[in-house]
Amino acid sequence: MKVLLFILQKEFRQIFRDKTILAMMLVAPNIQLIILPFAANFEVKNINVAFVDHDHSTYSQKLINKIGSSGYFQIVGNAFSYREALKMVEDSEADLVLEIPAGFERNLVREGSQQINIAVDAINGTKSAIGGGYLTAVIADFNRSLDINTKIQGSSSAIPSGMIEVTYSDWFNPRKEYKYYMVPGILVLLLTLIGGFITALNIVTEKEIGTIEQINVTPMKKWQFILGKLIPFWIVGMIVFTIGLIAMYIVYGIFPQGSLAVLYLFAAVYMIALLGLGLLISTFSDSQLQAMFVAFFFMMIFMLMSGFFTSIDSMPDWARQMSNLTPVTHFIKVVRLIVLKGSELSQVRMELFYLVIFAIILNTAAIWNYRKTS
Amino acid sequence: MDNTFKDKAIVCKSLTKQFGDFKAVDQITFDVEQGEIFGFLGANGAGKTTAMRILCGLSHPTSGEATVAGYNVYKEAEKIKANIGYMSQKFSLYENLTVYENIEFYGGVYGLSRPEIKQRSEAMLNRLGLAAEAKKMVGELPLGWKQKLAFSVAVLHRPKIVFLDEPTGGVDPITRRQFWDLIYEAAADGITVFVTTHYMDEAEYCKRISVMVDGRVEALDSPGNLKKQFNTDSMDEVFLQLARRAKRS
Amino acid sequence: MKQLLAFIRKEFYHVFRDKRTLLILFGLPVVQILLFGFALSSEVKNIGIAVLDNSHDVTSEEIVRRIKTSSYFLVKDPVLNYAEIENRFKTGEIKCALLFPSHLAEDLGRSGKAQVQVITDASDPNNATIAVSYITAILANYQQQLNHTASIPYQIIPQVRQLYNEEQNGSLNFIPGVIALIFMIVCTALTSVSVVREKELGTMEILLVSPFKPLMVLVAKAVPYLALSIVNFIIILVLSVFLLKVEIRGSLLLLFAESILFIITCLSLGLVISNQTNSQKTAMLISMMGMMLPTMLLTGFMFPLENMPWIFQALSHVIPSRYYYIIIKAVMLKGLGFSYVWKETLILAGMAVFLLIVSLKRFKVTLA
Repeated sequence: MKVLLFILQKEFRQIFRDKTILAMMLVAPNIQLIILPFAANFEVKNINVAFVDHDHSTYSQKLINKIGSSGYFQIVGNAFSYREALKMVEDSEADLVLEIPAGFERNLVREGSQQINIAVDAINGTKSAIGGGYLTAVIADFNRSLDINTKIQGSSSAIPSGMIEVTYSDWFNPRKEYKYYMVPGILVLLLTLIGGFITALNIVTEKEIGTIEQINVTPMKKWQFILGKLIPFWIVGMIVFTIGLIAMYIVYGIFPQGSLAVLYLFAAVYMIALLGLGLLISTFSDSQLQAMFVAFFFMMIFMLMSGFFTSIDSMPDWARQMSNLTPVTHFIKVVRLIVLKGSELSQVRMELFYLVIFAIILNTAAIWNYRKTS
Repeated sequence: MDNTFKDKAIVCKSLTKQFGDFKAVDQITFDVEQGEIFGFLGANGAGKTTAMRILCGLSHPTSGEATVAGYNVYKEAEKIKANIGYMSQKFSLYENLTVYENIEFYGGVYGLSRPEIKQRSEAMLNRLGLAAEAKKMVGELPLGWKQKLAFSVAVLHRPKIVFLDEPTGGVDPITRRQFWDLIYEAAADGITVFVTTHYMDEAEYCKRISVMVDGRVEALDSPGNLKKQFNTDSMDEVFLQLARRAKRS
Repeated sequence: MKQLLAFIRKEFYHVFRDKRTLLILFGLPVVQILLFGFALSSEVKNIGIAVLDNSHDVTSEEIVRRIKTSSYFLVKDPVLNYAEIENRFKTGEIKCALLFPSHLAEDLGRSGKAQVQVITDASDPNNATIAVSYITAILANYQQQLNHTASIPYQIIPQVRQLYNEEQNGSLNFIPGVIALIFMIVCTALTSVSVVREKELGTMEILLVSPFKPLMVLVAKAVPYLALSIVNFIIILVLSVFLLKVEIRGSLLLLFAESILFIITCLSLGLVISNQTNSQKTAMLISMMGMMLPTMLLTGFMFPLENMPWIFQALSHVIPSRYYYIIIKAVMLKGLGFSYVWKETLILAGMAVFLLIVSLKRFKVTLA
């Protein structure tokens, strides 16, 4: 026990003298926390539409007007030909092309149906896909409200027309601010980077300068060495978490709806799991370069699979299973639940259970893998 | 092990360390008396460092027997570590801690109490003439001082044996001489010193030396006897004649 | 010249000896391609939904059946009372709830109108919006079929075509982004570390005292990573074509040329970074952590640039990967030629030259 205190004393001294680590711990996370949410905005607005109106009729005019005033779309051009409109897509000026054929109004009334063409820039991913969906919806709305249709609907009495109206309410984030969703996730990401990277880097550095060998020659026990590394960085992690929470409140006005105590409990367990991972990585690496690369590799995979950027629900089953095998996934889920919805401990206890298991497995593996005698 | 070996500081019998087909240490047999200054010589690649790592409990032998400070290297490695000191080629002091902080850390790790640490470090720093530098970062010290400091830290807890792996590389002869003064003092205090070196003049300072060639011990005697044996009055010559036979270096 | 080749050969040895880093170097893009190609998608599907059905009649059950069969939703156990809903949201089990009033079919038949309520978990705003629009679409579809005798006689039928992506390959736009990110990080980080390592070990001074010109030192350091990155690029292309069935529409030659230009830019950036520090750890941290964030954010492949505040959009113009991303999208996916990307190419080339000159100048100065 006394030995552990000596070790902790040494570790803390070294941490506070290492400017790079301090910068990474205190400055970088807050910069990220402040900058990322402003950039990470998945909202879809200002979808650029280019028109090709071959008809120039009342209907086609009305349709164009309706689309332009819907709020989602920005009309960027009225082209003379489809080719010209396509060029606008190639130049990335337009995301969608809407082509209204000649004789549109006349044929619609005469034959009862008409096709119009929508071309979507599929390379622009989200924006275009959602844009295509919105456009279809606006067109359908326009369709229904066409006077030829409404006149008929209104006059017939024998037809059991049914109108199911949908009312909706948005819970937990009524103003639908995207930041509320992203910021807690970013906080998790920061903790993850610190836990994983820094521990691994620290231990490998000692390997490189040779002080690990010196330690292996002393009667220091394995558990003392490992605790001596885990405890200081755990404390650092909790400090960063706290600073992050404060920054979150000051900059975005987000205050956790749920219990702070539960949040900290999860953060504490999560840090232990991550530090175990960092420790494990360090036992596999001989140089700082390797450690950073391996850590980066795992962090990248975890981040991508964690549900931070994309939704876990839309993953195929096998991917979702994989996602459940990473501690990041669970922690992000919990942080969002507690901060945004105010979930209580009883509602998230499964996740706590998972995180504890992760912490145990990772740390056991690390301890087992660390050999004083080779 | 029978009783005649119980008092020896280090005993090796047919100690071997093999990596695949390569025998880094090939059936070496020797012993070291308590309080002796024992020189462990050999060319680069002869297997000195590997052998020393086994004796320090840093590596398991492939076969053979060895006891250090009376403890078995296979089963009692941790007990060995509590009773030895070690100074490696890299010195292994923390450059971003001060002189005193390094002493404090290693002292604590070896189980000394804070008052003990304070007392012994004061004495040590005074002896080394480093008292004024106690609060300086080790990284700022010149090489010679770092070496002397590393040695003192290695014997701070008064171990039975201290292992030194090429401790005097890269410094001038006067500094080397001063370092050896420290070694003599430690030996006078009853600490067995096991030192590897490239400097043949340092070999003369030892009571007995052994020379490793290609993983084997090819000579084991006092410097005087060896010089007689090889019919020369220079240890350099002794070493040259032995090392010349080496197949790997 | 022979000396330069010998030096380059030594650098290759360094690189190949570090098998773990090499493994990650090649593994990273492979894993990312696999993930983006098969696991990740920006579509929204399988939204967890629970139904509070106060009617249990033909209409409500038919609607629920349709929701079940759509791939948009995953219907969980029904909700028994209103109070339970909040709990189900708070455990994260459902993201959406659908409430039917009592006597749904009856009301519809009698007055022709009825109301259902949708509650969404708006903590994920996009999810919420999309969930509502899905449900509305399903209901509209249902109503159309219900009232088929009174369906709108005049139909406008939109035909949607996916340009450049007829097969509806989900994550096409990620591939150029992945390529840009990998080059940026690998080339920059590894090169800078390689140079700094030489400084840390002290061998840099030996090199400079030799007849080697400083430019040769930098070139030799960069060449192995140039080669590795090209191999990496080929691997990514092969994977994309054969595994993800992506079509490379543009000229391969142009693609390679532009990629090499970008790689050189990244390598130069690595060299500039290496001049700023003498510690490998710092070089690594700056290149990876420092560069990763701006690259991911401001290139435009992860988050749409148009949505960002103007200051980020302005900053984005300084990031080389932004231009490379535009070029790659245009050439590889849209099949456009040089005439479309000459502007970006020029900017990229300018950046490469600028960075090289800066790194060379500072290199001489810091060691003088």
